[in-house]
Amino acid sequence: MAITSIKNLKEFSTANDRFEGAHLLCPGCAHSMIVRELLNCTNDNLVIASATGCLEVCTAVYPYTSWDTSWIHIGFENSATAVTGAEAMYKARKRKGTLKNPDAPVKFVAFGGDGATYDIGFQWLSGAVERGHDFTYICLDNEVYANTGGQRSSSTPIGASSTTAPAGRVSYGKKENKKDIVSIMAANGASYVAQVAPNKWKNMAQAFQKALSTEGPCFINAMSACTTEWKFDPKDTINISDLATDSLVFPLYEIVDGHELNITYRPKNIIPVKDYLAAQGRFRHLFKPENAHILEEWQKRVDANWERLQRREEARV
Amino acid sequence: MALKYDLQEVEVWDGNYAAAHALRQAQVDVVAAYPITPSTAIVESYGQFVADGYVDGEFVMVESEHAAMSSCVGAAAAGGRVATATSSQGFALMIEVLYQASGMRLPIVLNVVNRALASPLNVREDHSDMYLGRDAGWIMLDSFNAQETYDLNLCAFRIGEHRDIRLPVMVNQDGFITSHTAQNVRPLSDEDAYKFVGVYEPVDELLDFSKPVTYGAQTEEDWHFEHKARQHKALIDARPVIEDIFAEFEKLTGRKYNRVETYMMEDAEVAIVALGTAVESARVAAKYLRDNEGIKAGVVAPRVIRPFPFDAIRTALEHCKAIGAMDRSSPGGALGMLFNEVSAAVYTTASRPLVTNYIYGLGGRDLTMENIKDIYRELKKNADAGHITTKIQQFVGLRGPKLEFFETRRS
Repeated sequence: MAITSIKNLKEFSTANDRFEGAHLLCPGCAHSMIVRELLNCTNDNLVIASATGCLEVCTAVYPYTSWDTSWIHIGFENSATAVTGAEAMYKARKRKGTLKNPDAPVKFVAFGGDGATYDIGFQWLSGAVERGHDFTYICLDNEVYANTGGQRSSSTPIGASSTTAPAGRVSYGKKENKKDIVSIMAANGASYVAQVAPNKWKNMAQAFQKALSTEGPCFINAMSACTTEWKFDPKDTINISDLATDSLVFPLYEIVDGHELNITYRPKNIIPVKDYLAAQGRFRHLFKPENAHILEEWQKRVDANWERLQRREEARV
Repeated sequence: MALKYDLQEVEVWDGNYAAAHALRQAQVDVVAAYPITPSTAIVESYGQFVADGYVDGEFVMVESEHAAMSSCVGAAAAGGRVATATSSQGFALMIEVLYQASGMRLPIVLNVVNRALASPLNVREDHSDMYLGRDAGWIMLDSFNAQETYDLNLCAFRIGEHRDIRLPVMVNQDGFITSHTAQNVRPLSDEDAYKFVGVYEPVDELLDFSKPVTYGAQTEEDWHFEHKARQHKALIDARPVIEDIFAEFEKLTGRKYNRVETYMMEDAEVAIVALGTAVESARVAAKYLRDNEGIKAGVVAPRVIRPFPFDAIRTALEHCKAIGAMDRSSPGGALGMLFNEVSAAVYTTASRPLVTNYIYGLGGRDLTMENIKDIYRELKKNADAGHITTKIQQFVGLRGPKLEFFETRRS
């Protein structure tokens, strides 16, 4: 079925199902919502690469596959390189006239978790973006190495408890701030970058469509709330995501050509950061009296970032 | 259309330039590469061919060797001809993806310009990188000079892309001695070379959307073993196909390649087994000793390192009395790879020749004619005595006190 509009969620979510429901992702995992939406927001042929991680191990366990489209997984660090290798081959074969269906439009998309994107595959992603390949990279950002059981990544926010940076008698969990991957990718020369979240599904679909229709490298950081490692009830994925976007812990915005920043969602009622943190087990220890300063710092940092984004949006530089 | 490159009947090329021309003539669709000494000139020359209009394909200069092989895998899965080149540390960085390329049965041609592995850092020739890749599930060819590097590159595409094989292929050449030494090379014309290599036929390509494919699936204890076993079988079964392709190449060029190359082995009493440029040196030494000292010396060299030519190497060696297996890689607390594999082959013969192990040339240390002659003389002593008269493993050309290990119990 052709995609003519993305107004109706029910219609949209069943539009062009190239990601089969039979996969092994946890109940309540946001990955499948994000992936399905990407696949449904275009009728073009897709070559998809996935990094090693939750998405990969849950969707391609031989002899089964959830992918009714071309799909490749090589390793943890190189989904950007795998898909841009395929993109280079597409260009070569198109020029030489050896494609079976040369006129059909093709889009190249790589998925990686935050471990694959912020950490181990950072160099591969940076290289692929620098080379200007025509592809879209989507980071499924659940802020932790979820596939291997909850180790900290450089996307894990300060104060979160993870298995390798656990909260304990003398520690409040991770000591370092989350890496600002969106700014980095904009500075790296990506033609279009955006931060999206599945609770704002129309906003997310629009960003996907913009990325797919933009020539050159595009990067999207998609918040993917993790029921298992963030420790919330699987039915609450969208509620938690709402808390993230409405507290501005996870602001939604885009940067076009490295400088034109547009805030794409402004919450009507901004809620306190602690409401977001309190809803998740990974931050429970922050509510002990001795960690009160961490909560204060959290709110200040989120406020400052929101201020920064608004100033950037006004400045257009 | 790529421009035709006019070539002389005899060109003066080094191994790197010979490899670059072979890649150009094969009309590779995607070369994804990262430069490293001593293979850099392959990538540079190819880049110049691109700049001058001799190449239609894509040339992707990536940010690391790991990315080079990753890009090659993505490109090969997308259904076209793919090649690259590397050495040493770059090869080591690629190694993760080498296993993935072969596991996905993607025919990629990788030129390995052999160089030592650090530490200590060293840019010179030895076979540490070649040995590091020996269990990676690739077909491995070995060239001893620039002509062979050129020829084997053309053969490598045919072998790897063969419908019954579908495996990646490495073409090894010694750093500097082959890669940087200008020699006479007789190339094919562009037309003849491409005609021999043939049009690439895609199999299970990512770009055929009428039949979506999933590459790089997960298998655990239920299916992994079957996949790896089939891959091993494909390697072993490649042996006759490789021979057929070598025969076809001989018909075209008159240059004959075998899975195991032999020199003066018909009546040889003692033999050296070696790889790379040491093979040509050993041939010169063997001839000298036959002419001057009456030692019936011969040389055996695996042209195809993987699949290991167990059968052919046994046939070549079973009638001789003493064998020196020469390894140009630090054995890391064991006997050398060639020693172990040659010994395993000749152990299953009735004659069971005496095999000793010589470690030589690490990090570009010269292997002199005198070194080789001494080895032959020692082998002759073993042959005459009927048992090994030295330690089993010896280091050749090493400064300081003699280094030797492992005793025989045969007397």
